[in-house]
Amino acid sequence: MQQELVGSVVLPGDVVGVVRGDVELKLGPGVRREQDKIVATKCGVFRLRKPNMYWIDINQKRYVPVAKEHVIGIVTGKPGENFRVDIGSSQQALLPFLAFEGATKRNRPNVQIGDLLYCEISVANKDMEPELVCVDGSGKSHGMGVLSIDGFMFRCSLGLARKLLADDCPILKTLSARFSFEIAVGMNGCVWVKSKSVTNTILISNCIENSEYLGIDEIEKMVDQLVQSAHSY
Amino acid sequence: MSLRSLSCEQSLLARCDGSARFKHGETSVVAAVYGPGDVKPNKEIINKATIEVTFKPKTGLPGCAETALEKILQDTCEAVILTSLHPRSSISIILQVEHDDGSLLPCCINACCVALMDTGVPMRGFVCAVACAVQQSGEEIIDPTLEQEQVSRPGRCAGWDWATDLSIWMLSNSEHVIF
Repeated sequence: MQQELVGSVVLPGDVVGVVRGDVELKLGPGVRREQDKIVATKCGVFRLRKPNMYWIDINQKRYVPVAKEHVIGIVTGKPGENFRVDIGSSQQALLPFLAFEGATKRNRPNVQIGDLLYCEISVANKDMEPELVCVDGSGKSHGMGVLSIDGFMFRCSLGLARKLLADDCPILKTLSARFSFEIAVGMNGCVWVKSKSVTNTILISNCIENSEYLGIDEIEKMVDQLVQSAHSY
Repeated sequence: MSLRSLSCEQSLLARCDGSARFKHGETSVVAAVYGPGDVKPNKEIINKATIEVTFKPKTGLPGCAETALEKILQDTCEAVILTSLHPRSSISIILQVEHDDGSLLPCCINACCVALMDTGVPMRGFVCAVACAVQQSGEEIIDPTLEQEQVSRPGRCAGWDWATDLSIWMLSNSEHVIF
Protein backbone atom coordinates (compact mmCIF):
# COMPACT_ATOMS: atom_id res chain seq x y z
CA MET A 1 0.00 0.00 0.00
CA GLN A 2 1.21 3.50 -0.71
CA GLN A 3 1.86 4.78 2.82
CA GLU A 4 2.28 8.38 1.69
CA LEU A 5 -1.35 8.44 0.53
CA VAL A 6 -2.71 7.53 3.99
CA GLY A 7 -4.37 10.63 5.45
CA SER A 8 -4.58 12.49 2.15
CA VAL A 9 -7.54 13.08 -0.17
CA VAL A 10 -7.90 10.58 -3.01
CA LEU A 11 -10.12 10.74 -6.08
CA PRO A 12 -12.01 7.92 -7.83
CA GLY A 13 -9.63 5.94 -9.98
CA ASP A 14 -6.51 6.65 -7.88
CA VAL A 15 -4.40 3.53 -7.34
CA VAL A 16 -3.81 3.34 -3.59
CA GLY A 17 -1.97 0.04 -3.45
CA VAL A 18 -0.86 -3.15 -5.09
CA VAL A 19 -1.88 -6.66 -4.04
CA ARG A 20 1.06 -8.84 -3.11
CA GLY A 21 0.41 -12.58 -2.89
CA ASP A 22 1.13 -13.27 0.78
CA VAL A 23 -0.22 -10.15 2.55
CA GLU A 24 -3.79 -10.20 3.92
CA LEU A 25 -5.60 -6.90 3.42
CA LYS A 26 -9.01 -5.81 4.71
CA LEU A 27 -10.69 -3.34 2.37
CA GLY A 28 -13.47 -1.14 3.73
CA PRO A 29 -15.86 1.29 2.04
CA GLY A 30 -14.62 3.24 -0.94
CA VAL A 31 -11.79 0.95 -2.08
CA ARG A 32 -11.98 -2.09 -4.29
CA ARG A 33 -9.66 -4.55 -5.93
CA GLU A 34 -9.15 -4.50 -9.71
CA GLN A 35 -6.95 -7.44 -10.69
CA ASP A 36 -3.70 -6.74 -8.84
CA LYS A 37 -4.37 -3.12 -7.91
CA ILE A 38 -6.33 -1.51 -5.08
CA VAL A 39 -8.30 1.42 -6.49
CA ALA A 40 -10.34 4.16 -4.82
CA THR A 41 -13.96 4.37 -6.02
CA LYS A 42 -15.04 7.47 -4.10
CA CYS A 43 -13.65 10.86 -3.22
CA GLY A 44 -12.46 11.17 0.39
CA VAL A 45 -9.61 10.78 2.88
CA PHE A 46 -7.67 7.50 2.68
CA ARG A 47 -7.36 5.89 6.11
CA LEU A 48 -5.47 3.02 7.66
CA ARG A 49 -6.05 1.13 10.90
CA LYS A 50 -2.94 -0.91 11.54
CA PRO A 51 -2.04 -3.51 10.63
CA ASN A 52 -4.05 -4.04 7.47
CA MET A 53 -7.47 -2.34 7.38
CA TYR A 54 -7.88 0.33 4.67
CA TRP A 55 -10.88 2.47 3.84
CA ILE A 56 -11.91 5.90 2.60
CA ASP A 57 -13.70 8.41 4.85
CA ILE A 58 -16.56 9.60 2.69
CA ASN A 59 -19.26 12.08 3.52
CA GLN A 60 -22.47 11.47 1.67
CA LYS A 61 -26.15 12.02 2.28
CA ARG A 62 -27.72 8.93 0.72
CA TYR A 63 -27.58 5.76 2.84
CA VAL A 64 -26.64 2.36 1.39
CA PRO A 65 -27.69 -0.43 3.80
CA VAL A 66 -24.99 -2.56 5.43
CA ALA A 67 -25.77 -5.54 7.68
CA LYS A 68 -25.47 -5.13 11.48
CA GLU A 69 -25.79 -1.33 11.39
CA HIS A 70 -28.39 0.39 13.56
CA VAL A 71 -30.78 2.72 11.74
CA ILE A 72 -33.86 4.81 12.46
CA GLY A 73 -36.76 4.23 10.07
CA ILE A 74 -40.33 5.42 9.54
CA VAL A 75 -43.11 2.81 9.22
CA THR A 76 -44.91 3.32 5.90
CA GLY A 77 -47.07 0.21 5.63
CA LYS A 78 -48.07 -3.18 7.02
CA PRO A 79 -48.11 -5.68 4.12
CA GLY A 80 -48.84 -9.25 5.29
CA GLU A 81 -46.84 -10.32 8.33
CA ASN A 82 -44.30 -7.49 8.02
CA PHE A 83 -43.87 -3.76 8.45
CA ARG A 84 -42.53 -1.72 5.53
CA VAL A 85 -39.97 0.77 6.86
CA ASP A 86 -38.36 3.72 5.05
CA ILE A 87 -34.68 3.93 6.05
CA GLY A 88 -33.60 6.32 3.30
CA SER A 89 -32.11 3.67 1.02
CA SER A 90 -33.11 3.00 -2.60
CA GLN A 91 -35.60 0.34 -1.48
CA GLN A 92 -37.79 0.30 1.60
CA ALA A 93 -36.93 -2.33 4.21
CA LEU A 94 -39.04 -5.15 5.65
CA LEU A 95 -39.39 -5.78 9.38
CA PRO A 96 -41.24 -8.96 10.44
CA PHE A 97 -43.93 -8.63 13.17
CA LEU A 98 -42.21 -11.28 15.26
CA ALA A 99 -38.85 -9.46 15.41
CA PHE A 100 -39.84 -7.46 18.50
CA GLU A 101 -39.18 -8.34 22.13
CA GLY A 102 -42.06 -10.41 23.52
CA ALA A 103 -43.95 -10.59 20.22
CA THR A 104 -45.86 -13.75 19.35
CA LYS A 105 -48.51 -14.55 16.74
CA ARG A 106 -51.20 -13.64 19.27
CA ASN A 107 -49.34 -10.73 20.89
CA ARG A 108 -48.65 -8.32 18.01
CA PRO A 109 -46.40 -5.28 18.57
CA ASN A 110 -48.22 -1.96 18.90
CA VAL A 111 -46.72 -0.16 15.89
CA GLN A 112 -48.69 2.26 13.69
CA ILE A 113 -47.94 3.76 10.28
CA GLY A 114 -45.80 6.86 10.83
CA ASP A 115 -44.03 5.53 13.94
CA LEU A 116 -40.27 5.86 14.33
CA LEU A 117 -38.35 2.65 14.88
CA TYR A 118 -34.78 2.13 16.03
CA CYS A 119 -33.67 -1.18 14.54
CA GLU A 120 -30.77 -3.24 13.29
CA ILE A 121 -30.28 -4.30 9.68
CA SER A 122 -30.14 -8.10 9.56
CA VAL A 123 -29.91 -8.65 5.80
CA ALA A 124 -28.48 -6.17 3.32
CA ASN A 125 -27.15 -6.86 -0.10
CA LYS A 126 -27.36 -4.99 -3.36
CA ASP A 127 -29.86 -7.35 -5.01
CA MET A 128 -32.53 -7.61 -2.30
CA GLU A 129 -34.65 -5.39 -0.10
CA PRO A 130 -32.98 -4.81 3.27
CA GLU A 131 -34.47 -6.62 6.27
CA LEU A 132 -34.59 -5.25 9.80
CA VAL A 133 -34.98 -6.67 13.31
CA CYS A 134 -35.71 -5.03 16.66
CA VAL A 135 -34.22 -7.83 18.78
CA ASP A 136 -30.82 -9.44 19.00
CA GLY A 137 -30.19 -13.20 18.60
CA SER A 138 -31.39 -14.02 22.13
CA GLY A 139 -34.66 -12.08 21.91
CA LYS A 140 -33.63 -8.96 23.88
CA SER A 141 -34.38 -5.53 22.45
CA HIS A 142 -31.45 -3.48 23.90
CA GLY A 143 -33.28 -0.20 23.38
CA MET A 144 -34.51 -1.04 19.89
CA GLY A 145 -38.18 -0.64 19.01
CA VAL A 146 -40.58 2.27 18.77
CA LEU A 147 -39.15 5.71 19.62
CA SER A 148 -41.37 7.93 21.78
CA ILE A 149 -43.65 10.44 20.07
CA ASP A 150 -42.33 13.16 22.43
CA GLY A 151 -39.02 13.26 20.62
CA PHE A 152 -37.97 14.98 17.38
CA MET A 153 -36.20 13.37 14.42
CA PHE A 154 -34.06 15.24 11.94
CA ARG A 155 -31.73 14.17 9.13
CA CYS A 156 -28.04 14.91 8.87
CA SER A 157 -25.23 13.70 6.65
CA LEU A 158 -23.81 10.21 7.18
CA GLY A 159 -20.44 11.65 8.24
CA LEU A 160 -22.03 13.64 11.05
CA ALA A 161 -23.99 10.57 12.20
CA ARG A 162 -20.74 8.57 12.43
CA LYS A 163 -19.08 11.40 14.39
CA LEU A 164 -21.98 11.39 16.86
CA LEU A 165 -21.54 7.65 17.38
CA ALA A 166 -17.80 7.99 18.15
CA ASP A 167 -16.70 7.45 21.75
CA ASP A 168 -15.40 10.97 22.37
CA CYS A 169 -17.87 13.04 20.37
CA PRO A 170 -17.21 16.71 21.34
CA ILE A 171 -20.67 18.10 20.51
CA LEU A 172 -22.47 15.52 22.66
CA LYS A 173 -20.08 16.11 25.59
CA THR A 174 -20.65 19.87 25.36
CA LEU A 175 -24.43 19.46 25.16
CA SER A 176 -24.62 16.92 27.99
CA ALA A 177 -22.86 19.40 30.29
CA ARG A 178 -25.70 21.87 29.72
CA PHE A 179 -28.85 19.79 29.11
CA SER A 180 -30.28 16.42 29.99
CA PHE A 181 -31.62 14.66 26.92
CA GLU A 182 -32.10 11.31 25.27
CA ILE A 183 -30.64 10.74 21.81
CA ALA A 184 -30.74 7.92 19.23
CA VAL A 185 -28.48 8.09 16.17
CA GLY A 186 -29.05 5.94 13.09
CA MET A 187 -26.23 5.19 10.66
CA ASN A 188 -28.63 6.30 7.92
CA GLY A 189 -28.25 9.93 9.00
CA CYS A 190 -31.40 10.10 11.15
CA VAL A 191 -31.04 11.54 14.65
CA TRP A 192 -33.83 11.44 17.26
CA VAL A 193 -33.65 13.78 20.27
CA LYS A 194 -35.94 14.01 23.29
CA SER A 195 -35.57 16.43 26.18
CA LYS A 196 -37.66 18.18 28.83
CA SER A 197 -39.02 21.02 26.69
CA VAL A 198 -39.59 21.85 23.03
CA THR A 199 -37.13 24.79 23.22
CA ASN A 200 -34.37 22.52 24.50
CA THR A 201 -35.07 19.90 21.84
CA ILE A 202 -34.86 22.49 19.06
CA LEU A 203 -31.69 23.99 20.58
CA ILE A 204 -30.02 20.59 20.80
CA SER A 205 -30.93 19.65 17.22
CA ASN A 206 -29.69 23.02 15.88
CA CYS A 207 -26.42 22.67 17.81
CA ILE A 208 -25.84 19.21 16.40
CA GLU A 209 -26.56 20.31 12.83
CA ASN A 210 -24.24 23.32 13.12
CA SER A 211 -21.37 21.34 14.64
CA GLU A 212 -20.52 19.35 11.54
CA TYR A 213 -17.54 21.39 10.37
CA LEU A 214 -16.52 23.10 13.63
CA GLY A 215 -13.50 22.45 15.86
CA ILE A 216 -13.83 21.77 19.61
CA ASP A 217 -13.39 25.42 20.75
CA GLU A 218 -15.76 26.67 18.08
CA ILE A 219 -18.37 24.13 19.19
CA GLU A 220 -18.30 25.49 22.76
CA LYS A 221 -18.74 29.07 21.49
CA MET A 222 -21.53 28.11 19.10
CA VAL A 223 -23.47 26.25 21.80
CA ASP A 224 -23.08 29.17 24.24
CA GLN A 225 -24.30 31.64 21.61
CA LEU A 226 -27.36 29.58 20.74
CA VAL A 227 -28.24 28.99 24.41
CA GLN A 228 -27.96 32.75 25.14
CA SER A 229 -30.12 33.76 22.18
CA ALA A 230 -32.77 31.18 23.16
CA HIS A 231 -32.90 32.39 26.76
CA SER A 232 -33.18 36.02 25.71
CA TYR A 233 -36.70 35.38 24.37
CA MET B 1 -3.38 27.58 -26.24
CA SER B 2 -4.86 28.19 -22.84
CA LEU B 3 -8.05 27.46 -20.93
CA ARG B 4 -10.22 30.18 -19.46
CA SER B 5 -10.24 30.34 -15.68
CA LEU B 6 -12.05 27.31 -14.27
CA SER B 7 -13.97 27.35 -11.04
CA CYS B 8 -15.97 24.74 -9.16
CA GLU B 9 -18.24 24.71 -6.14
CA GLN B 10 -19.68 21.58 -4.46
CA SER B 11 -22.65 20.89 -2.19
CA LEU B 12 -24.42 24.12 -3.05
CA LEU B 13 -27.94 22.62 -3.10
CA ALA B 14 -29.43 21.41 0.19
CA ARG B 15 -32.13 18.97 -0.94
CA CYS B 16 -30.25 16.75 -3.35
CA ASP B 17 -27.70 14.09 -2.54
CA GLY B 18 -24.91 15.91 -4.35
CA SER B 19 -24.45 19.03 -6.46
CA ALA B 20 -21.83 21.12 -8.19
CA ARG B 21 -21.44 24.33 -10.17
CA PHE B 22 -18.70 24.32 -12.78
CA LYS B 23 -17.52 27.36 -14.72
CA HIS B 24 -15.34 27.70 -17.81
CA GLY B 25 -14.83 31.48 -17.79
CA GLU B 26 -18.40 32.84 -18.08
CA THR B 27 -20.04 29.54 -19.05
CA SER B 28 -21.70 28.20 -15.91
CA VAL B 29 -23.63 24.94 -15.35
CA VAL B 30 -25.17 23.58 -12.15
CA ALA B 31 -25.53 19.79 -11.80
CA ALA B 32 -27.63 18.04 -9.15
CA VAL B 33 -27.57 14.29 -8.46
CA TYR B 34 -30.13 12.17 -6.66
CA GLY B 35 -29.16 8.60 -5.97
CA PRO B 36 -28.90 5.69 -5.68
CA GLY B 37 -32.65 5.85 -5.16
CA ASP B 38 -36.03 4.43 -6.17
CA VAL B 39 -36.66 3.53 -9.76
CA LYS B 40 -39.95 3.01 -11.61
CA PRO B 41 -40.54 -0.69 -12.40
CA ASN B 42 -40.65 -0.05 -16.16
CA LYS B 43 -37.20 1.54 -16.08
CA GLU B 44 -35.42 -0.77 -13.67
CA ILE B 45 -32.50 -2.91 -14.87
CA ILE B 46 -31.93 -6.16 -12.98
CA ASN B 47 -28.17 -6.01 -12.72
CA LYS B 48 -27.29 -2.30 -13.00
CA ALA B 49 -28.35 1.16 -11.87
CA THR B 50 -30.48 3.18 -14.30
CA ILE B 51 -28.89 6.53 -15.11
CA GLU B 52 -31.29 9.34 -16.04
CA VAL B 53 -30.05 12.70 -17.24
CA THR B 54 -32.21 15.80 -17.58
CA PHE B 55 -30.72 18.83 -19.29
CA LYS B 56 -32.41 22.19 -18.83
CA PRO B 57 -31.36 25.02 -21.15
CA LYS B 58 -31.22 28.57 -19.81
CA THR B 59 -34.27 29.69 -21.79
CA GLY B 60 -37.00 27.90 -23.68
CA LEU B 61 -38.27 24.35 -23.52
CA PRO B 62 -35.95 21.38 -24.01
CA GLY B 63 -35.98 20.11 -27.62
CA CYS B 64 -34.08 17.67 -29.83
CA ALA B 65 -30.70 19.27 -29.27
CA GLU B 66 -31.16 18.97 -25.51
CA THR B 67 -32.15 15.31 -25.83
CA ALA B 68 -29.00 14.66 -27.86
CA LEU B 69 -26.89 16.26 -25.14
CA GLU B 70 -28.67 14.15 -22.51
CA LYS B 71 -27.79 11.00 -24.41
CA ILE B 72 -24.11 11.96 -24.62
CA LEU B 73 -24.01 12.72 -20.90
CA GLN B 74 -25.81 9.48 -20.05
CA ASP B 75 -23.33 7.42 -22.05
CA THR B 76 -20.40 9.21 -20.43
CA CYS B 77 -21.76 8.63 -16.94
CA GLU B 78 -22.47 4.95 -17.65
CA ALA B 79 -18.84 4.54 -18.66
CA VAL B 80 -17.52 5.80 -15.32
CA ILE B 81 -20.13 4.91 -12.69
CA LEU B 82 -19.92 1.39 -11.20
CA THR B 83 -23.57 0.69 -11.97
CA SER B 84 -23.36 -3.00 -11.05
CA LEU B 85 -23.02 -2.05 -7.37
CA HIS B 86 -26.57 -0.65 -7.29
CA PRO B 87 -28.90 -2.92 -9.29
CA ARG B 88 -32.55 -1.91 -9.58
CA SER B 89 -31.96 1.64 -8.44
CA SER B 90 -31.68 4.93 -10.24
CA ILE B 91 -29.13 7.71 -10.33
CA SER B 92 -30.76 10.92 -11.61
CA ILE B 93 -28.66 13.82 -12.82
CA ILE B 94 -30.21 17.20 -13.55
CA LEU B 95 -28.21 19.92 -15.29
CA GLN B 96 -29.24 23.56 -15.45
CA VAL B 97 -27.43 26.03 -17.70
CA GLU B 98 -26.88 29.32 -15.91
CA HIS B 99 -24.94 31.02 -18.67
CA ASP B 100 -23.62 29.82 -22.04
CA ASP B 101 -20.47 31.50 -23.32
CA GLY B 102 -19.14 28.61 -25.39
CA SER B 103 -17.80 25.11 -24.49
CA LEU B 104 -21.18 24.16 -23.04
CA LEU B 105 -20.90 20.38 -23.42
CA PRO B 106 -17.48 20.04 -21.71
CA CYS B 107 -18.71 22.30 -18.90
CA CYS B 108 -21.76 20.04 -18.45
CA ILE B 109 -19.59 16.93 -18.31
CA ASN B 110 -17.22 18.45 -15.78
CA ALA B 111 -20.13 19.66 -13.62
CA CYS B 112 -21.73 16.21 -13.84
CA CYS B 113 -18.54 14.47 -12.77
CA VAL B 114 -17.90 16.76 -9.80
CA ALA B 115 -21.54 16.41 -8.68
CA LEU B 116 -21.25 12.60 -8.83
CA MET B 117 -18.13 12.76 -6.65
CA ASP B 118 -19.97 14.99 -4.18
CA THR B 119 -22.81 12.46 -3.99
CA GLY B 120 -20.50 9.55 -3.22
CA VAL B 121 -21.60 7.41 -6.16
CA PRO B 122 -18.93 4.72 -6.72
CA MET B 123 -16.96 5.48 -9.88
CA ARG B 124 -14.10 3.76 -11.66
CA GLY B 125 -12.45 7.09 -12.47
CA PHE B 126 -13.59 10.56 -13.37
CA VAL B 127 -13.99 12.36 -16.69
CA CYS B 128 -12.47 15.63 -17.83
CA ALA B 129 -13.69 17.27 -21.02
CA VAL B 130 -12.59 20.18 -23.15
CA ALA B 131 -13.66 21.58 -26.53
CA CYS B 132 -11.32 22.63 -29.26
CA ALA B 133 -12.01 24.70 -32.33
CA VAL B 134 -10.13 25.55 -35.48
CA GLN B 135 -10.37 29.22 -36.40
CA GLN B 136 -10.77 30.43 -39.97
CA SER B 137 -7.06 31.26 -40.01
CA GLY B 138 -6.24 27.59 -39.29
CA GLU B 139 -5.12 28.28 -35.72
CA GLU B 140 -6.31 25.75 -33.13
CA ILE B 141 -7.71 26.98 -29.85
CA ILE B 142 -9.09 25.11 -26.86
CA ASP B 143 -12.01 26.11 -24.69
CA PRO B 144 -13.50 28.59 -27.20
CA THR B 145 -15.92 31.32 -26.14
CA LEU B 146 -19.33 31.57 -27.84
CA GLU B 147 -18.03 34.23 -30.26
CA GLN B 148 -15.04 32.10 -31.22
CA GLU B 149 -17.24 29.00 -31.68
CA GLN B 150 -19.63 30.74 -34.01
CA VAL B 151 -16.90 31.92 -36.38
CA SER B 152 -14.67 28.85 -36.29
CA ARG B 153 -14.61 25.84 -38.58
CA PRO B 154 -16.29 22.61 -37.38
CA GLY B 155 -14.49 21.45 -34.23
CA ARG B 156 -14.33 18.57 -31.79
CA CYS B 157 -15.10 17.96 -28.16
CA ALA B 158 -13.20 15.26 -26.32
CA GLY B 159 -13.72 13.63 -22.96
CA TRP B 160 -11.35 11.24 -21.32
CA ASP B 161 -11.04 9.18 -18.19
CA TRP B 162 -8.43 10.65 -15.89
CA ALA B 163 -7.50 7.37 -14.24
CA THR B 164 -6.98 5.20 -17.27
CA ASP B 165 -6.18 7.97 -19.75
CA LEU B 166 -8.53 6.38 -22.26
CA SER B 167 -10.63 8.52 -24.51
CA ILE B 168 -14.28 7.90 -23.67
CA TRP B 169 -15.67 9.61 -26.72
CA MET B 170 -15.00 12.25 -29.33
CA LEU B 171 -17.73 14.34 -30.85
CA SER B 172 -17.23 16.06 -34.12
CA ASN B 173 -19.37 18.98 -35.26
CA SER B 174 -20.90 18.91 -38.68
CA GLU B 175 -21.45 22.04 -40.75
CA HIS B 176 -24.43 22.80 -38.56
CA VAL B 177 -23.21 23.83 -35.17
CA ILE B 178 -25.43 22.44 -32.43
CA PHE B 179 -23.91 24.30 -29.49
